[in-house]
Amino acid sequence: MAVSRHLEQVCEHEDMRFDVQVQVRLRDGVSDPEGATIERSLPALGFDGVSGVGVGKVIHFTLEAADEASARAEVTDMCDRFLTNPVIEQADIKITESSDAEAATSA
Amino acid sequence: MSARVGVVLFPGSNCEHDVVEAVTMLGGQGEIVWHGDSDLGGVDAVVIPGGFAHGDYLRPGAIARFSPIMDAVREFARSGGPVVGICNGFQVLTEAGLLPGALQKNRGLKFVCQPTVLRVVTSDTALTTGIEVGTELVVPINHFEGNYTCSPETLAELQGEDRVVVRYVDNPNGSLDDIAGVCSAERNVVGLMPHPERAMLDLLGSSDGRMLLGSLLAVAGRAKAA
Repeated sequence: MAVSRHLEQVCEHEDMRFDVQVQVRLRDGVSDPEGATIERSLPALGFDGVSGVGVGKVIHFTLEAADEASARAEVTDMCDRFLTNPVIEQADIKITESSDAEAATSA
Repeated sequence: MSARVGVVLFPGSNCEHDVVEAVTMLGGQGEIVWHGDSDLGGVDAVVIPGGFAHGDYLRPGAIARFSPIMDAVREFARSGGPVVGICNGFQVLTEAGLLPGALQKNRGLKFVCQPTVLRVVTSDTALTTGIEVGTELVVPINHFEGNYTCSPETLAELQGEDRVVVRYVDNPNGSLDDIAGVCSAERNVVGLMPHPERAMLDLLGSSDGRMLLGSLLAVAGRAKAA
């Protein structure tokens, strides 16, 4: 009993590290004049057959969290409240376990 | 005593002195309020001026809402105090959740800097009290992200509750329903892209901004007397 409680405490402290990439783009149906201008310009350089150009931005960071589910929940909350303006933007969230995770937890 | 108008200065604001000057021309008392303060100092009205608050990082207005003064502005608005956001100030008020909708990049990616003709849609706001509905005003705009947009439900609400304050006669930026300015449900918070503080002298093209800011001063003065 004492041992399992001890293990729980250890696990609580040993958060995992995740690489997070938030791709912010305009919601479907919101006009994207930047994307439209790029799309119109590409044929001038001989790139034909391009359609559906959209311009957004990428926000990347590392995040410490207990597990991937809680990391995702936290990032989703960040997007809703700060990283995007939900009136016109939406986010695609990519989360991968950080490659330097072992180094971080042993440090 | 004349009405005191607090003009919030963020790092990157650039129209605050114009607003103070305009308010002074109309007999009011304009005061700069630093964004890092947490107290409005008992002013009778608040203006969030144009510019690039916090460099427009992330999105125009996105960082400004975290400034300490915004809690005081929110509280002032909640208690019925008149609050007007001009240009970047309008963007700040939408990001802060004090006004609905959002301002996206102009149609055609055009930066617009020109006089526009506005039509007053309602006389029942802090900025248009006493101005007859249908009055046309010449007021300059100067922005890249002034293309007003909102969900169909929000638009229906704004129209149904008579909360579109001013419309462009000749839409310069692609704004939904030609919207140049909107107000809150309580009608004391108004945001608009055009700059009334730049339309104070006929010599400089128009003095129609006097009607709008004059209305704000009148409303602020009434609040003061009450």
